[in-house]
Amino acid sequence: MSNRAEMLVQPIRRTKERKSSWSGLKWKARLNDSMIGAILPVMIVMVWQLAGKLGLISTFFLPTPAMILESFKEMILSGELAVNLSISIQRAAAGFAIGGSLGLLFGLLVGFSRKAEHTLDPSFQMLRMVPHLALAPLIILWFGFGETSKVFIIANGAFFPMYINTFAGIRSVDNRLFDVAGVLEFSRFKQITRLILPAALPNILLGVRLSLAVSWLGLVVAELIGSQSGIGFLINIGKQNSTTEVIFVGVLIFAIVGKLFDSFVRLLERRWLHWRDSYKG
Amino acid sequence: MSTLLDIRQLSKTFHSGKGSVSALQNINLAVKEGEFITVIGPSGCGKSTLLKIVAGLDVEYDGSVKLNDRDVTGPGIEKGFIFQEPRLFPWLTVEKNIAADLSLHKPEIRKKVDELIELVRLKGFEKSYPRELSGGMAQRVAIARALLRNPKVLLLDEPFGALDAFTRAHMQEVLLDIWQQNKTTMIFVTHDIDEAVFLANRIVILKPRPGTVQKIVPVELLFPRKKSSAAFQELRFKVIGEFEKIEELELVDNGAGI
Repeated sequence: MSNRAEMLVQPIRRTKERKSSWSGLKWKARLNDSMIGAILPVMIVMVWQLAGKLGLISTFFLPTPAMILESFKEMILSGELAVNLSISIQRAAAGFAIGGSLGLLFGLLVGFSRKAEHTLDPSFQMLRMVPHLALAPLIILWFGFGETSKVFIIANGAFFPMYINTFAGIRSVDNRLFDVAGVLEFSRFKQITRLILPAALPNILLGVRLSLAVSWLGLVVAELIGSQSGIGFLINIGKQNSTTEVIFVGVLIFAIVGKLFDSFVRLLERRWLHWRDSYKG
Repeated sequence: MSTLLDIRQLSKTFHSGKGSVSALQNINLAVKEGEFITVIGPSGCGKSTLLKIVAGLDVEYDGSVKLNDRDVTGPGIEKGFIFQEPRLFPWLTVEKNIAADLSLHKPEIRKKVDELIELVRLKGFEKSYPRELSGGMAQRVAIARALLRNPKVLLLDEPFGALDAFTRAHMQEVLLDIWQQNKTTMIFVTHDIDEAVFLANRIVILKPRPGTVQKIVPVELLFPRKKSSAAFQELRFKVIGEFEKIEELELVDNGAGI
């Protein structure tokens, strides 16, 4: 009898041991992964620099990486970059906070109540289809060129991914687990906190990721249409002064900071959703 | 021992667009406290439906189902239910799955959870996640989760049906162990004759279309039972004999229909 129990238990133990010994090599493996990811960009940059140096491409339209780096350094030293970046981040954060939390709130409401779904969802779906840029002139007409309209444009974009994913997350909870909650006599409150929210968390985090991305993208729209500060403003200045390097620095900043935000949410995903048993490639 | 569960004149009809199908008809069964009942029958005999009604998961029926003289009106912790699949919460560890909506920070819950982990032989796996468990282990977590609530009756719906033969035999012994230690009344639905004879004080044999009780066979073998013993085999043949009667009846019915 006990022998049989051992037999059932052992294979699992073995995989556990393997995992723990593997964790010692984890950082090495991770470093390896990121190095593989760096090969392509590094090669492109090298070819690019070489082509610029050899005069194969016009450095006016496509400045070499070294030139971009130089201008990057200047902007850091003059403090110009830090000021504008912090303003941009504040705008994106404010827009994301407002749009994202409203999206979460309405997503929860519509997810939990069929009545709310029937009253609100069709309107939201209609509004979702209106592009940012189509709304921008109207928003500027209403709120002027100030901060309000910028935050509004960003919040408007951030709302929808959060709303849709929260809603979908709540509605995708396994019905069979509701039977379990019934048999275990979960209160309505526990049903929400112990069943629905954890089950919907993967979708909610996906909503956060997409919503952050849209906020960051919306920032460009908001800052390119009349603004006196921010990364989008720097790009505009670069266009007016024909300093292509500055445009490139702006684009790079958008890419790097955006990726950092995304990596942060993915870190949260890994920490909170490690229980998921899905294909990891 | 007093009667814990009293089922009288229970009938259940499924209505659909095409018409209605009688799933259960005039079921009468009284289950004593501490008894181990197995319910067996060919597929479509309504054995799962019967269990769902007792659990309160299905409340549209005719007749009466009383637990401790009170009508069953909905699901609840006094009627522990083990589904065919373990149905654990994938985001919770083993111990948190057992506690579910209760807090492990409460000393009395902590203590009972630890005892149950011992009882279902999962020591060392308290912090494991469901994806790390085998099917048999996951089902043992589900059993511990139901037992933590001190159910008056544990209802098991083909709980070992998806397990391989060795694991299934092991789980049957674990379940008997739990039953003997906790004295929990068990109603166990299965389609496996060996399993039904091995576990039961009484075997309820259902026949299909409509689901009615064909026979109730008492099993007076002492525990621990040996599946190879002559007495066990004799009972097994008796149950198989009842099944053959059901088949003959069905053949006659079909013949008359042609």
